[in-house]
Parts: sequence; structure tokens; C-alpha cells
Amino acid sequence: MSDNAYSPPSKRRKGLPFRIQIEPRLTEPPHWYPYAVSLGALIVALTLGGIMIALAGGDPLRSYTHIARASFGSLGVFSDTMVKATPLILVGLACTVAFSMRLWNIGAEGQLFMGAFGASAVVLIPLLPPETSRWIFIPVMMLAGFLAGAVWGFIPGFLKALYNVNEIISTLMMNYIAFAWINFFVFAVWSEGGFQMSPMFPKNAWLPRLADYAKESPVLAGLTTHMGLFLGLGAAVVVWFILYRSRWGYEIRLIGDNPQAANYAGINIKRNIILVMMFSGALAGLAGASEISGVVHRLQSSISPGYGFTGIIIAWLAKLNPFAVVLVSILFGALILAGREIQPSGIPKLIQGIILVCLIAGDFILRYRISVIHVAQES
Amino acid sequence: MPNLHQLVVEMRGITKRFPGVLANYNVDFDLRHGEIHTLLGENGAGKSTLMNVLAGLYQQDAGTMLVKGKSVNFSSPRDAIEAGIGMVHQHFMLVPSQTVTENILLGLDEPRFNLHLNDYDQIIAELGERFGLKVDPRAKIWQLSVGEQQRVELLKMLYRGADILILDEPTAVLAPQEIEEFFLTLRSMVVEGKSVIFISHKLHEVTEISDRVTVLRKGKVTAAGLEIKDITRQELAHQMVGREVVFRLEKNPQKPGKMVLEIRDVHAQNDKGLPAVQGVSLQVRSGEILGLAGVAGNGQRELAQVITGLRKCSQGEVLLNGEVISNRTARFSIRRGLAYVPEDRTHVGSSPNLSVTDNVIMKKYRTPPLARGWAIDMGIAKQFAQELKEAYDIAAPTVETPVRMLSGGNLQRVILAREISGEPAVMIAVQPTRGLDVGAIEGVHRLLLAQCQAGTAILLISEELEELRSLSNRIMVIYEGQIMGETQGDEMEKIGLMMTGTPLTQIEEQGTAEYV
Repeated sequence: MSDNAYSPPSKRRKGLPFRIQIEPRLTEPPHWYPYAVSLGALIVALTLGGIMIALAGGDPLRSYTHIARASFGSLGVFSDTMVKATPLILVGLACTVAFSMRLWNIGAEGQLFMGAFGASAVVLIPLLPPETSRWIFIPVMMLAGFLAGAVWGFIPGFLKALYNVNEIISTLMMNYIAFAWINFFVFAVWSEGGFQMSPMFPKNAWLPRLADYAKESPVLAGLTTHMGLFLGLGAAVVVWFILYRSRWGYEIRLIGDNPQAANYAGINIKRNIILVMMFSGALAGLAGASEISGVVHRLQSSISPGYGFTGIIIAWLAKLNPFAVVLVSILFGALILAGREIQPSGIPKLIQGIILVCLIAGDFILRYRISVIHVAQES
Repeated sequence: MPNLHQLVVEMRGITKRFPGVLANYNVDFDLRHGEIHTLLGENGAGKSTLMNVLAGLYQQDAGTMLVKGKSVNFSSPRDAIEAGIGMVHQHFMLVPSQTVTENILLGLDEPRFNLHLNDYDQIIAELGERFGLKVDPRAKIWQLSVGEQQRVELLKMLYRGADILILDEPTAVLAPQEIEEFFLTLRSMVVEGKSVIFISHKLHEVTEISDRVTVLRKGKVTAAGLEIKDITRQELAHQMVGREVVFRLEKNPQKPGKMVLEIRDVHAQNDKGLPAVQGVSLQVRSGEILGLAGVAGNGQRELAQVITGLRKCSQGEVLLNGEVISNRTARFSIRRGLAYVPEDRTHVGSSPNLSVTDNVIMKKYRTPPLARGWAIDMGIAKQFAQELKEAYDIAAPTVETPVRMLSGGNLQRVILAREISGEPAVMIAVQPTRGLDVGAIEGVHRLLLAQCQAGTAILLISEELEELRSLSNRIMVIYEGQIMGETQGDEMEKIGLMMTGTPLTQIEEQGTAEYV
């Protein structure tokens, strides 16, 4: 993206007392600037979303306050928000890792499903007897989800590394295979009495919720947040450390910025394509495992309202910063949770879409400076 | 009939600003009918900007222009072409898959729908004949040499009726013999009544071809329209850089040491699978600089890539201190002390959006003390970058600055700092000063010489003969992937002949034949 030579022509309209000039930035904007632009884009997006709500006959302000109250209004609803944010953090990190190397993994949704499948398989095959201790059961489930996601990421990574198959297409298509795979199992193999879902998992395969500890500290009573959240937060720290403090992360960033330079520095790009796709898939798989074990407690085809795709937006909005991913995920968790109170689909999804468009448009401001020049001043 | 001293172009008080840069400030420039007027200046002096204003690509912020006595204000290149001004850019604007004629007709109103290519082929051929620009009108652009493509660009302008030609560093892509031919063409065009503005930063060409010269420095005129016969090269150089330039650097006097790099009969293909390197053998000893001259595209790039492990060779081998390093990995050679300053600073040698720190650790991040297990000690990395920044005088605000913010000269310092700090046994430097201004070139040269003195064997691959001559202990010439011969560096004529494909043995035979 080093298009410094390109300079868009300045627009001069006859009859206007000023003209708008667009110039490429020659100096680095301050450190906080990208975040400010993201925030600005968010505000613009919410304003546009508000207009849509108004056009649909709603009151934008009331809708937004309702969303805020229904997601952050009390400890109870905040806890529900965090439940929604948990898988988003993990898929957001999955996308962050892949995008840092400019690998466009848009198959996080499928990898999430495969992660859920892997975790379920431990219970349903069963790999472990139902009476296994929670301390063994849950780690094994998480590991199975992690590995299943990694396998699902390995396939497009391998194809790209060896045959240069476009990962955007292959990861997208792998999503549909994953959905069909899950459907096959919930309709046929693990169907419970003909319903499209597996039997409920035994309690010791459930990720503990905060509410489970209500006996020790009554504040936690009724809180649905499960331990997957800590998995997500831990993953954010690990991903940050890998990207910015490890040799592997340095290679990822170097390849992402300039593959030719990485090649010149003696870095094996093909190996990294496979490894990064696997790690990205594994994080998404972990999201599936945490969701299945912490929230759904059974395998079914409707375990995700498109978390994997939202992860793409989240990674982008967070500017590929793992800690920002956490904050943005909470915001999107709120939007998913409370948006549902406005309309089950439709408007909340629409607002998400507007946010993404505004963010991408906001990138333009990062790369170019726009100044308004009064024609009168010029001469 | 215009008389000889009539001004065809007058630019008065031209000022052009870019964000953060004053590219031209109050520049006056004029062009007489039928003259070759050189615009001389370092990179970034504002030569191209000024000419882009004249060619209608940019609009000036202030100042006036008169073309053939009429006041003009171009808002697009089309306006400029209508006024008879044609510019040949440094980078050609041709469609490779189309023929010469098709390229010349591109964008014109005539012919309208049916191209009548045969008729136009004839017209183009005649036009070429008239100006000594021979090129087959039916040839596809990709089949042509760079010199021929340049002729197509010139024909394009002539066909459009341009009588004021702006040539932006036209000789940069040509071999010495081609340059001679090109200068003949220029002179014949002047005889035909064209006026030429010649942009260059090569002094010897300037004194050879031009009638007058205008020198720009940092966007301002330092010498306006001087007759070339009234000024010496030294004076011109002084006007150009604002201080005396050391043309002769102290060459490394020491005796070369043991053999470090040995290349034995290497063959390699280019990206299209065509043979690019065809049996190159050479040896570089520690403490010497071997210059490899040649016009770009004669296998230098591929040879450098084979040596550095970035390209496989189909035959032959490369040895570093007796160990075979060809057909291994880049990492293998790096670990054995091979440094590489690639031709393409921004696309190969550095990572533009990463910081100075990230860029200088590119080859060291795997080894302690920078590496600590699988982690990188960022504290030590920053300290290392800071030390290099001071030692190599890298002008960057901080070591956290992304390197795309640095100038070409400073970016090259970052790369050299990184490569030299590895205390290499061998260094392959390809075009290390391309696109740099005189001051930066001198800095790079000093670094290379110092490194040579420290005992590194340096293979310097360059197109700049001056550079090769002032730095190298020996010079070899490569042409179409083969070594044409080796000289001690003062026989420029021989080097020129070798660069255009005459092997040294043949030159010497002819030489003796003439004397007999």
C-alpha cells in the first residue's frame, strides 16, 4: 500500500468559494490518531443507523438508550453482554492473527463450528466417560476444539502455501462444508429423538458460570458469564505477546507488511502461511468450544449468529490490536444482545454493516489529509 | 521563420508547493528555439516538478508561463500537447501487448473507428526515418529493447506535433553506445527545428549535449541559462550541491586477502523461465571490491539472487569460504555471513510500515542477545537501533518511525547499517546509490569503502560507471548473462564496448589489428 506517488486531484467546483484538496499524508499522524478515527467512524455509523431507525418509524435516541440499558444497565445484563462478547473476542483474535500477515481468513465461522464439533465429539463419541471429572473434561474439550479449528485452518493454509489457492475463496467455501458437516451429525448421528440437536451434555462438561459460585459470594448469583471469558482474555494477552514480543510474531508482521522483504530476510513464508492459518483456525475453534460448553451445552446447527463474520469487523475496528479486540467485542456483544430487543435481525445487523463501511472509509482519512482552501485566500 | 534566439518557452516566478515541501520557489526558466537546454539538479531538486508544470500534469501555485509568446495556463497534459509540448517520462507509458503504431495512436481522435493500421504503419515508419528514430511500427512493445521503447515515446510526441520536447532523464536506461546514438538523434531533431529540455543529473552528459544549462537546488535556481562553454564541470557540480564534491575517493590501498566468494560457472533462469545467467564465474577476495558493470536486465539481478540464496541455479555453484551456499536458503547464507544490499530498497530491502527498529533487526532477530528463546528482547532491539541510528547518522525522528517516512538516502543508511552491523564476510551490493542525491551517494560510498577496509569481500553490481571506477579494485562486465571481460577500471571505452556485447578478447584482437 505504498502509493505515495499517487495524489488525487484537487476538486475545484465553479461557483463555490472554496475547494477541497486531498493530499497524501507525508508525516506520521500521532499515536492516538487511528483510534480517534475509529471512534469517529463509530459515531458517524451510529448516527446513520439512527437515521435508519427513524426512517423505520422508531425513535433513534430511545432505541440507543434502550440498547445501552439492556446491555450495560445492570450487573445482570452486563454479564449477558460478556457472554456474547466471549466468542467474539476469540474470533476477533483469530482474524487479527491472520490479518496481521494479510491472510484473509474469512472462514472463522466454519472454524468456530468445527471447534464446537471437536469439543462435542469428546462428549458424544464419547472420548471420555460422562462421569469424568470437570478438571479433565473441560481442558480436553477445549483442546479438541482448538485442534479441530486448527485442522480446518490447515486445509486452506496448506492449499495456499503449496498451490497458491486464494484463501478468501477457500476459507469461505470451507464454511459451508463445516455447516453441512455439523448438520449431518445433528440430523443423523447424534440426533436426539429425531430433533436437530444432540443430547444435552453432562454437567461436568459445562464451563463453570459465575452463578455457580453464588454460594461463596452471593454477588455472583444469576450471572451467566462463563469461564470462556477468561479464556478469551488470556488469549488476548497471548496473541499480543506473540505478535509484538516474539520471533514468530515478528515474522508474521514482516510478511504481512512486505513478503518480499521477509523472503529476503530468510523467512520461510509458506511454513508461516500454514502455521498462521492453523493458529487462526485454532482460536476460532476455541470460540466454538467455549460457546458449546459454556452456553449451548449441546451440539446443534444454530450455535452462532455469525460470530465468525463479526470477528472480521472486530479485528478491523480494533486495528489488529489484541487488547482493542476485547473492547470492541464487548461493544458488539452489547449490540447483538440488546439489538435483539429492537428486532431479531434486520436493524442491528444493518448497524453492524454501516459500522464496517464507515471504518473502511475512515482509513482514507488516515492516509490522506483533507483540507478546505478558500479560493479568496489563495490569490 | 523563427530566428535562433526566439524564446519558445518562458516560465516566470513558478512556485509549486506539496504538503510539507516547497518543490519550486520563484523559478525562472526559458527555452530558445532550436536549442538543447539542460535542467540540472540533484534528486528532489524540483526538476521533474517544474517540467510537470510545463507539461500540464501539475498546476503551479504562482507564476506565469508563456509558450511561443502566448500566455498559457494548462489544466491537463492535453492542453500542453496542443501547445506543442511533449514530455517523455522516466517511466515509459506504453501498452506492452500492443504494437508501436497502436501505442502512438492511442488516445487520439483520428483514426476514429477503423484503425487503417497499414496506412499508419507507413506514416510512423516515415516519421521515424526523418528523425533517425528507427523502430519497426508493427513490433509489439514487449519485444523491444528499452532504447527502442524510448524511441517509441519520442515518436509518440513527434506524431502529436510536439516541437518542444521535455526528456526526463532519458539516458538513465541506456548503455553508453545507445547514449551516443541517442545524442545523435537529439541533434538531428534540433536541426529539424525542435527545441529540447533535457533533465539530468549526470554532469558529463550535460556538458556533452547541451547548449545551455539551468541548475536547480532545493527548488530554487542557482544558475540560470548559462552557456555550457562558459562553465566547467566542477562549477556545475558546485551549483548543483552547494559545496565542493569529492569526485575521487581514496581507493582501498590494501592488498586483497584470501578468497572469500567464488562463483563457478553459474547458470540461472529469470522469472519467465528464460536463461538469464549463462555461465558466470568470478572470485572476490577479502578486502577488495569487485565491480560488475552492465546495463540493467543482463542477468545482474538473477546473479545476485543466486548468490544470496533467493533463486535456484540450474548449473554451477557458489562458494562462501569454501562452503557451497547456492541452492540452499537465504537463511543459510545469512548465517554464514553474507550481506545483501538489494537493488529495490522499498520493495525488497525494507518493510515500509514497520519501524526503524523492526527493520534493523531483520537479520538478527533469531540470534541472541536479540532473541531470548522464542521471544525478542525489545529493549535490546531498541537500544541496538538507537546505536545504529547514531553511528550511521540516520535522520529519523525516533527509532519507532516507520521507514516509509524516511528519504531514500536515509532508508539506504538503514539497510547498510543493518547489513554492515552483521560484520559480513561477503557483501553483495546492487545499485546501492540508485536514485540518491550526490551527498547521500558520497555517504554510501564511504561506508562501502570502510567495510572493504574492514576485510569484507564486496561484489558491487552497478550501472554507474563513475561509481564502479571510483570504488572497485577490478571491474567485470556482464552482458546477456555472460562475463565479457575484466579490466582494472580505467579503460572506459572498453567497458562501454563490453556493456554492449563485445567480449574483451575480441576488442583486444581488433585493437592489435588496427595497429598492425
